[in-house]
Amino acid sequence: MHNLTIAELVQGLQSKKFTSVELTQHFLDRIAELNPDYNAVITVTAEQALKAATAADQRLAAGNAPALCGVPILHKDIFCTNGVRTSCGSKMLDNFIPPYNATVVENFEQAGAVVLGKTNMDEFAMGSSNETSFYGPVKNPWATDCVPGGSSGGSAAAVAARLAPGATATDTGGSIRQPAALCGITGLKPTYGRVSRWGMIAFASSLDQGGPMARTAEDCALLLNCMASYDDKDSTCIEREVPDYSASLNSSIKGLRIGVPKEYFSDGLNPGTETAVRSALAELEAQGAELVEISLPNSALSVPAYYVIAPAEASANLSRFDGVRYGYRCEEPKDLEDLYCRTRAEGFGEEVQRRILIGTYCLSAGYYDAYYGKAQQVRQLIQQDFATAFEQVDLIMGPTCPSPAFKFGSKGDDPVAMYLEDIYTIATNLAGLPGMSVPCGLVDNKPVGLQIIGNYFDEARMLNAAHQYQQHTEWHNAAPEGLV
Amino acid sequence: MSNWDTVIGLEVHVQLATKTKIFSGASTAFGAEPNTQACAIDLAMPGTLPVLNKQAVHYAVMFGLAIDAEIGKESAFERKNYFYPDLPKGYQTTQLEKPIVGRGQVEIQLADGSKKNIRIHHAHLEEDAGKSLHDGNFRHGVSGIDLNRAGTPLIEIVSEPDMTSAEEAVAFAKKLHSIVTSIGICDGEMSQGSMRFDVNVSVKPRGSDTLGTRTETKNLNSFKFMEEAIAKEVERQIDLIEDGGSVIQETRLYNGDTKTARSMRSKEEANDYRYFPCPDLLPVIVSDETIEQLRRSMPELPDARQARFVEQYGLSEYDAGILGSDAPMAAYFETVTDQSGNAKLAANWTMGELAGRLNNEDISIGKSPVSAEQLAGMIARIADNSISGKMAKQVFEAMWAGEGSADEIIEARGLKQVSDSGALEQIVADVLAANQAMVDDYINTDEAKRKKKLGGFMGQIMKASKGQANPQQVNQILLQKLNELL
Repeated sequence: MHNLTIAELVQGLQSKKFTSVELTQHFLDRIAELNPDYNAVITVTAEQALKAATAADQRLAAGNAPALCGVPILHKDIFCTNGVRTSCGSKMLDNFIPPYNATVVENFEQAGAVVLGKTNMDEFAMGSSNETSFYGPVKNPWATDCVPGGSSGGSAAAVAARLAPGATATDTGGSIRQPAALCGITGLKPTYGRVSRWGMIAFASSLDQGGPMARTAEDCALLLNCMASYDDKDSTCIEREVPDYSASLNSSIKGLRIGVPKEYFSDGLNPGTETAVRSALAELEAQGAELVEISLPNSALSVPAYYVIAPAEASANLSRFDGVRYGYRCEEPKDLEDLYCRTRAEGFGEEVQRRILIGTYCLSAGYYDAYYGKAQQVRQLIQQDFATAFEQVDLIMGPTCPSPAFKFGSKGDDPVAMYLEDIYTIATNLAGLPGMSVPCGLVDNKPVGLQIIGNYFDEARMLNAAHQYQQHTEWHNAAPEGLV
Repeated sequence: MSNWDTVIGLEVHVQLATKTKIFSGASTAFGAEPNTQACAIDLAMPGTLPVLNKQAVHYAVMFGLAIDAEIGKESAFERKNYFYPDLPKGYQTTQLEKPIVGRGQVEIQLADGSKKNIRIHHAHLEEDAGKSLHDGNFRHGVSGIDLNRAGTPLIEIVSEPDMTSAEEAVAFAKKLHSIVTSIGICDGEMSQGSMRFDVNVSVKPRGSDTLGTRTETKNLNSFKFMEEAIAKEVERQIDLIEDGGSVIQETRLYNGDTKTARSMRSKEEANDYRYFPCPDLLPVIVSDETIEQLRRSMPELPDARQARFVEQYGLSEYDAGILGSDAPMAAYFETVTDQSGNAKLAANWTMGELAGRLNNEDISIGKSPVSAEQLAGMIARIADNSISGKMAKQVFEAMWAGEGSADEIIEARGLKQVSDSGALEQIVADVLAANQAMVDDYINTDEAKRKKKLGGFMGQIMKASKGQANPQQVNQILLQKLNELL
């Protein structure tokens, strides 16, 4: 059952080939058996899951089942779950049990999905390797000595290892697409404002966006149908009808104009990755798409601009973790300052502290214009680059990341090398555009991803292209050895 | 005359009278049990997000219209970062670069009748913090945090340094109080912190163009404390400079109970607030249509109301100034006038007996034990001569004590004034007959001084009538009868 796609599971549940309780138990058993090898899931909610599965089976029997009724999924531990610990991968929130659901969690509940548990992640979503989690690193199911990517590494590894058919994730600078690429699955970061951020613990509010992870584009469409909604609890959520993302999957891509930015095939790109991405583009061309070389001239500025804006916002967003109302509090503080200093020094990991310091510095009197002000100008330029490009093309495609999964510790001493992991993904967050990653090959038996970037709210077109690619290729069905 | 000029600017925090908070649906009602009016957003729980309260925006725009200011059609919220336990998010959401209300002005009137314009630099929307409680309810070294107030909408009104004395500053503060209560955007309850003043004070040699170093005294919540704090600070700065020292830029606190001030923090200790645009909130767009709609529905402003009171009710400028500046008092006065048909008496009683009593007992007019309807009923009885002014005071006392309407009290206490001239003539005649010595004394006194002797007769007559004689009538009859004896 764990090799079936969500589309197939929905079919199976509705045609009573198996029950949600059987399915849920199967995935719970797999988690119990295999998760110790990967550390992808950090909270298992077996009891609630089986209860929800029982309820789902009743609705399925009654014939009034909603779209994802009885389908087991996992939530990234950044989404608040009522009554279930939501740690954000941090010691700071190791004891935090929210009294409310994130809107995304609520939407899946409404759709009848069964939540198996919560997935591991880089602490407060800050990282590209899942090495910054308080709960220890996640191992890549394709090569357990390698990282799964981050920050949604737990969700990506869990889907790749078939511990769940789909999972929620978030992307601030590449946190859905990069781990999806490194774990050989499909992941989509929607347009900023498409998915509610209510109950999604903030890293960088103007960049954060939730999205789905699954093995296929078709499954991502099913998950996004449920995940995307207008929410008046999030002022940045955009009031716009949610289309049926499944409806246009089978449209022809004949005549689709695909922009290929020359800046995305620069020196830092692994030759194997480049070959895989080029052959994916050739496949799409063979299906009738037209490849157009384009330029995104300010691409090189995206990483430095991002590493000013994201830490600046994070430095304020994380101020609430002060040991006063909830979360970790240091032992026996001797005064208020000691409470703040030790709570935050003990409760936050090294990378989170680094980014708070960078952000605080960038916003400081005398530095604001040179850093934050300048970064916002760069952001405008990057948006303009994309706007110009989308006058000529329908979608933009290139590699998701420079190379396949790297070994644990290999970038640990060099934060900047780690930050360059997101060199191809960050620009879309700065522009607020949707982006996705689709498996397109193996290099040294490790997956690499094709990145698809769309115009604002053009997720349906991206999913259509991805689905058509997957109809003609098998990379999305490739599985780590022994896991099929 | 002093050798020093004083320069004063004010920052005024006005709590807006919205039912819910500026970024959450929690109630803003005052006086609830600590932390019962703080929801997940107010507590800054992870993943929660702010949603702007439109009413707060409308109230801010109304203030802008009231002071004839430019309205920021696109204003923006920013985060002001600092750590404090009663600031749950670790930043205050406020406005800096793009405030909702731009330059405007407020006219004040001084005791000598002169008028002066005070310029408003801008006014911006922001959220209030919670309260830290350090009192005896907690064991030593422990403070309590009450987040009921956290997220209450405020406008902060920032004046130019246009005031030159405590009198002007207080007049300005009172005028703002009058404006915000008149247009209904603030309940004006100073004791509950609905208006709080930060006072920037500096001194400079008389006539100098160069401003001195200023200090800021924060969080004054009464006009009286503000006046005292300014007077003390001006004196302190002058003494300091005259003794060869210099004023340092600092934030100070004034304790109204002990009448002492102290330094809170110096400029060096001041926070770098690291303002930046709040990414959780969109720019606030106020359309021309909304502005026009609010302009059309604006309640009467105090200046217009005062002019109308002079015009419509024939009040003096002074009475109109007092009654017209306070919205609830103005409304009370108008109800009393409408129902009693006597504006002069309504004004006298509202400003006099009623205001004095409310003030002594620290009760707001909205909670007055004597309703406007009750007072009107009493005034009607004064006007138709049923009761004397003296009796009216008794009636007022009884109404205050909750004994019912004026008519009920007059009836129950038998306070009906005797205006029957036959009966009064009899009483006067009896008193004159019984006090021959006084009558002789009156006759033998110089004409110019006789008037002073009348009081004695009046006393006797009122006593004889058990206080119920109509004094005007008695006076007339008495003079007539005494003149007949001359």
